[in-house]
Amino acid sequence: MQEVMRDKLVAKAKELLTGGVVTRVLGWKRGEFCYDLTPGIFKSADELDKEFDFGDFAAPNLSKYLIDETRKEDGKVAVFMKPCDTYSFNQLLTEHRIDREKVYVIGVPCEGMIDNKKLSAAADGIKNVAVDYENVVVETLWDGNVTVPRESVLAERCLNCKSKKHVALDELVGYEDEITECNRFDEVARLEAMTPEERFEFWQGELSRCIRCNACRDVCPACTCEKCVFDNPSSGVESKAPSDSFEEKMFHIIRAFHVTGRCTDCGECSRVCPQNIPLHLLNRKFIKDINELWGEYQAGAEVGSRAPLVNYTFDDMEPSEAVERGDKNA
Amino acid sequence: MQDVTNFKPLIVAFCCNWCSYAGADLAGSNRLAYPADVKIIRVPCSCRVNPMFILRAFQRGADGVIICGCHPGDCHYTSGNYYARRRMSLLFSMLDYLGIERDRTRVEWVSAAEGAKFAATMNDFVEKVTALGPNKRLEDLRCKK
Ligand code: SF4
Ligand code: SF4
Ligand code: FES
Repeated sequence: MQEVMRDKLVAKAKELLTGGVVTRVLGWKRGEFCYDLTPGIFKSADELDKEFDFGDFAAPNLSKYLIDETRKEDGKVAVFMKPCDTYSFNQLLTEHRIDREKVYVIGVPCEGMIDNKKLSAAADGIKNVAVDYENVVVETLWDGNVTVPRESVLAERCLNCKSKKHVALDELVGYEDEITECNRFDEVARLEAMTPEERFEFWQGELSRCIRCNACRDVCPACTCEKCVFDNPSSGVESKAPSDSFEEKMFHIIRAFHVTGRCTDCGECSRVCPQNIPLHLLNRKFIKDINELWGEYQAGAEVGSRAPLVNYTFDDMEPSEAVERGDKNA
Repeated sequence: MQDVTNFKPLIVAFCCNWCSYAGADLAGSNRLAYPADVKIIRVPCSCRVNPMFILRAFQRGADGVIICGCHPGDCHYTSGNYYARRRMSLLFSMLDYLGIERDRTRVEWVSAAEGAKFAATMNDFVEKVTALGPNKRLEDLRCKK
């Protein structure tokens, strides 16, 4: 259940279009099923009426789509953003990937989004979904109505939401909210406390499922290089299913490393992974290390902040100490 | 079957041109011994070492990878090794998180005058890696002959 409803957003989009403030709107479009909202561009009131949607499945982070859209034609693009999406947007501004002048950001409050994968695991043959603050009632094809607690199907990133405050905004639809307390590093700490053998086994189990579809890279708002090493045929790591345990790790280490200090922990990578690989646990390990080694840093919190890997102090910790540091608390 | 008792690790050492590479040279001209299985790759600065280089070295059969650069404050390009230090802290910590033995990677600062330190560092590193045995957790089977 979302506090702000679809119709309110449609009205806002129409107002901006007819008022000439923007020439197009980037929002969520109805997909084939009620639970698959996808990013879409809307240029008229008619398109908005027919296809625009918003609700508990408006998970896609739209910020990355602005890179292409703002370069396509003149005029401003209005975009709807949930609080966590605005961090990615700021990060893209920091990296000069988007011209701020060409974007009109409309903030939408968020009560947490439902994870399709969790929902389909809980109810087979989803036909329709009704959501309130407590429960999700799924009308199924063959089991009648199935009711599950909303919390049990919320996306991982929403259960561990780091902020409900919009950090970039031209206008807010609905109420303003705060940066939230969360336990997003607990799972990382649990892994850190294991023995190396256990950790190896854990990651082997997770990463060996990777089919190298590259969805995690494609969706990531921090992965915006024009040319990517994972597409380079002479790199030996171009799009292809990993053939052994080395390639699995190589891909995941490099993917996560490439966004270190720039990853806002938006959770898109884990959301889109068809194999349910907890990619956020790799990103968060880096974020946790950064916080512990060189001070708290949240990518995207401020435009123009200097990322920790393009920064240093004379008395930073040595790598060997950095690796051993965890043992003292264990 | 791998003969574990006679195991000689293959070590890749990325050495900065301005300091540790010269340090290695000095170790050589002073006839200080260190194992021949240390393969030195000269880089213009410790900061040149991309995480991919390290992973690649493991893929192609390295049992340990060490990066040597100028002492902090002495980088030929002023600050390269400060960036390298941060990067390697994260990378090595990630390898540890994935369950890779932490003694297989190391960063050491060795100046051009420290031939003895270079030899001692390599001897020590080789000893640690020998104790770990062959790299199994980051190997590419197809690259093994
Ligand atoms: S989305 Fe999942 S399966 Fe696809 S490449 Fe990324 S980790 Fe692998
Ligand atoms: S790595 Fe994942 S969590 Fe981080 S910015 Fe990219 S999609 Fe978001
Ligand atoms: S020049 Fe030696 S570390 Fe930079």
